[in-house]
Amino acid sequence: MALKTETFMVNAGPQHPSTHGVFRMRFTLDGEVIQDVEPVFGYLHRGIEKMTEGLTYTQDIVFTDRLDYLASMTNNQAYVIAVEKLAGIQVPERAEYLRVIMAELMRISSHLMAVGFLLNDLGAFLTPLLYMYREREKILDLFDMVCGQRLTYNYMRIGGVSQDIPEEFLPALKKYIYSLPGFIAEYDQLLATNEILLVRTKNVGILTKESAINYSTAGPVLRGSGVKWDIRKADPYSVYDRFQFEIPTGVKGDVYDRYRVRIEEMIQSINIIKQAIAQLPQGEIQTKVTRMLRPPKGETYGHIEGPKGELGFYLVSDGSTNPYRLHIRPPSLINLTPLREMLIGVKIADAMAIFGSIDICVGEIDR
Amino acid sequence: MISLFGRNIFPANFPSAMLPPDWPSGFWSHLIIFVVILFVFFIIMAMAFIYVERRVIARYQIRIGPNRIGPFGILQPVADTIKILIKEDIIPLNVDKLIHLLAPAVAIVPAIMIFAVIPFQNGASLVDLNIGILYIVAISSVSVVGLVMAGWSSNNKYALISVMRVIAQVVSYEIPMALAIIGVVLFAGTLSMNGIVQAQNIPYILLQPLGFLIYFLAALAEINRTPFDLLEAEGEIVAGFNIEYSGIKFALFFLAEYTEAVAISAIIATLYLGGWKGPFLPPVLWFLIKVFAVFILIIWVRSTLPRLRIDQVMGFAWKFLLPLAFINLLVTGVQIVVWPNISQWVIVGVNIVVAVASILLFSRFFRLKGDKIEA
Amino acid sequence: MKLKNFGEGIAKGMAVTMKNALRRPITTQYPEQKLNISRRTRGNQLVWDKERCIACSMCAKACPVQCIDMVTSRDQNNKLQVDKMDYDAGLCIFCGLCVEACPKTCLFLTAEYEKARYSIKDFKLKKEDILMTEKSKPSGYYSPENESKLPKQTLLIDRK
Repeated sequence: MALKTETFMVNAGPQHPSTHGVFRMRFTLDGEVIQDVEPVFGYLHRGIEKMTEGLTYTQDIVFTDRLDYLASMTNNQAYVIAVEKLAGIQVPERAEYLRVIMAELMRISSHLMAVGFLLNDLGAFLTPLLYMYREREKILDLFDMVCGQRLTYNYMRIGGVSQDIPEEFLPALKKYIYSLPGFIAEYDQLLATNEILLVRTKNVGILTKESAINYSTAGPVLRGSGVKWDIRKADPYSVYDRFQFEIPTGVKGDVYDRYRVRIEEMIQSINIIKQAIAQLPQGEIQTKVTRMLRPPKGETYGHIEGPKGELGFYLVSDGSTNPYRLHIRPPSLINLTPLREMLIGVKIADAMAIFGSIDICVGEIDR
Repeated sequence: MISLFGRNIFPANFPSAMLPPDWPSGFWSHLIIFVVILFVFFIIMAMAFIYVERRVIARYQIRIGPNRIGPFGILQPVADTIKILIKEDIIPLNVDKLIHLLAPAVAIVPAIMIFAVIPFQNGASLVDLNIGILYIVAISSVSVVGLVMAGWSSNNKYALISVMRVIAQVVSYEIPMALAIIGVVLFAGTLSMNGIVQAQNIPYILLQPLGFLIYFLAALAEINRTPFDLLEAEGEIVAGFNIEYSGIKFALFFLAEYTEAVAISAIIATLYLGGWKGPFLPPVLWFLIKVFAVFILIIWVRSTLPRLRIDQVMGFAWKFLLPLAFINLLVTGVQIVVWPNISQWVIVGVNIVVAVASILLFSRFFRLKGDKIEA
Repeated sequence: MKLKNFGEGIAKGMAVTMKNALRRPITTQYPEQKLNISRRTRGNQLVWDKERCIACSMCAKACPVQCIDMVTSRDQNNKLQVDKMDYDAGLCIFCGLCVEACPKTCLFLTAEYEKARYSIKDFKLKKEDILMTEKSKPSGYYSPENESKLPKQTLLIDRK
């Protein structure tokens, strides 16, 4: 005689310690096993895309800071590349190299935070997170030195960057870059061979290669499943074709592979920064652009490889000083498309680990 | 004397036969004074452990813990207690009233009762039962009933999920714990706690390394601490069974967890590290030093490791700890019978080799899997 | 036979934690110890140098949230002058676009950060409250001569 069981519905509500931000998931549980999940979002909608239609192109840079607030530099870069493509503006060499240095530092900072919070969700009680935060503080000090803020930088402008680096920036940056691989090695010793971590993350949340491509994921989620696709190599923007770096990929597509991909990407970013410092030329930092820019009529799509995936801006202009329509392709939202497939049949404890490994930021999802 | 079913259950010269040999004056004064001392001890130690845990975990995370209230922040637990006591006691509408009220009491009273048999000095315990360690094993399994009552009566799905996990965990870790204790009892020859301390010429952590490891891990699982703390896993089920408690009942649950931690540290210090024995300082001070040393080891484990999943916890108990406990018991028994008079250092060497070999061998056969459940 | 999975990873992890426990903590005891912030920091209020201002209203036009409310008029020499300049420090997002837009570099952001107030009405400032005096500390954002007057920033990478 079979047991008669009943499923019940649990709300991992908007206020929860381990959904990163206000994100709600409605689970249908049978004991501890998840039968169905329904994500609900929209709690952080601020109407950014509508607000940009009332302001000029230079004033819109301030709003792009606040999309993915943990990686502001790459947001700025994507928007500015889209506008420059439409208006046909050339950027001087020194500005391109400065943009690359800032974007790679931003990538390191965002991955540090992603890995730290994944381990916090697994239960390691803040210790790995605080070690990551100590390294991230050093990066935020460097950004503070250049543009004056620690979170919303507003650094890139149409046609270049806004200010030149002070003279104490490069020595501090070199000191930091040469100390970071030692820290990553110590962090590997803390956690990469830890049996409890291996047991919790291997074979959990597998996303196969075909599924990852069909669901149009991007970033470390796609590369963890074994697909070698990076926009810096496939469709190079800025001066990325002058650097030599590799693209780390995973094998199986589980949580452990995505964690390893992020750590390897940090090491590749350190390589790129070392080469950029060596090749940094002198020159000006911004081409002269009028404050009320009027790009020609048309539409364009500018995309970059952000830390969370492919961030794209689709820009339609009708010849006036304000954009007609600005649509943002958020990587976190598109990476959440396979969430239901990955979560059915696992236990609750694994669900939080899988969710943490996708690495979302709710500011992007709701805009 | 007092009789039950017509038989004398107490000896003729009760109560003075149950006193330790050098205690002045009569039975009732000893009882009352020692009960007061024990209450003061457990409250001060629980609060001191809360403070020590926050400072030591902060040190592992390269920061300073609380240091503003009082010199070096010593009055921090007092401030926390006052804050919790003046909070409003909210009881939701649909709870089962009687069980909801009784649950904190059932959770904390067995933890306090353990302190009745722990020796602070030679013969200085509330009562020196000659079945001391058996009494401890029996009493400590009652406190989980309090947690289950709390989770069930809260009428909340989160509490229900967390409590269903913990029943299975606590029951399965009782067995390796008891088997590890039997190893110590075989060497000491007596069940009484004071007798075990007096029989230790070498601390039993050297004579029974495998037993120490098994008892340490099983005790961590009993008191629901990392890496086995799925009862109150904050990331997933937001504080588990005590989600509907506020005010002084929540303070009692919190205190119950730390009292059990004090009790486990005291038991490990007595059984494996040699209790109150030591060269120069007074014995009470040696006892406190050993209790704090064990607690710092517990904090070190907590600050490093992530937590396990429930089926991995059960697999660890039944497939890894239980066979190792049997091996330990077998080897100890054989040594007692075959070599009764040999020097103890030979046994130390043999036991360490056996411990290392069996852990390495068993880890090869033991696999923890993490995969999907079909249908 | 290869030995694995016996707890070596856990032991190595615990060694790392113990090594970190013996380092000097990186906490700063505020308010007894204060670190030097960046020289180009974008502080919490505007600082306005009235003598150089030509009342062109470029700062009000450049602001994305319209927190500067300027009303100008012509005086007897047909020169522009500022009648009203209301600055709402609660609306301002400290982006610095107004500082960049000013052609005569007479607008700066302050370098102070302890600007808390008790009521939301105190955030609406008039033009007398943001005048530049000796006590106001303009920061070095977009102005190199202010940057050289401020002390150097303390970096975490320099601290052991």
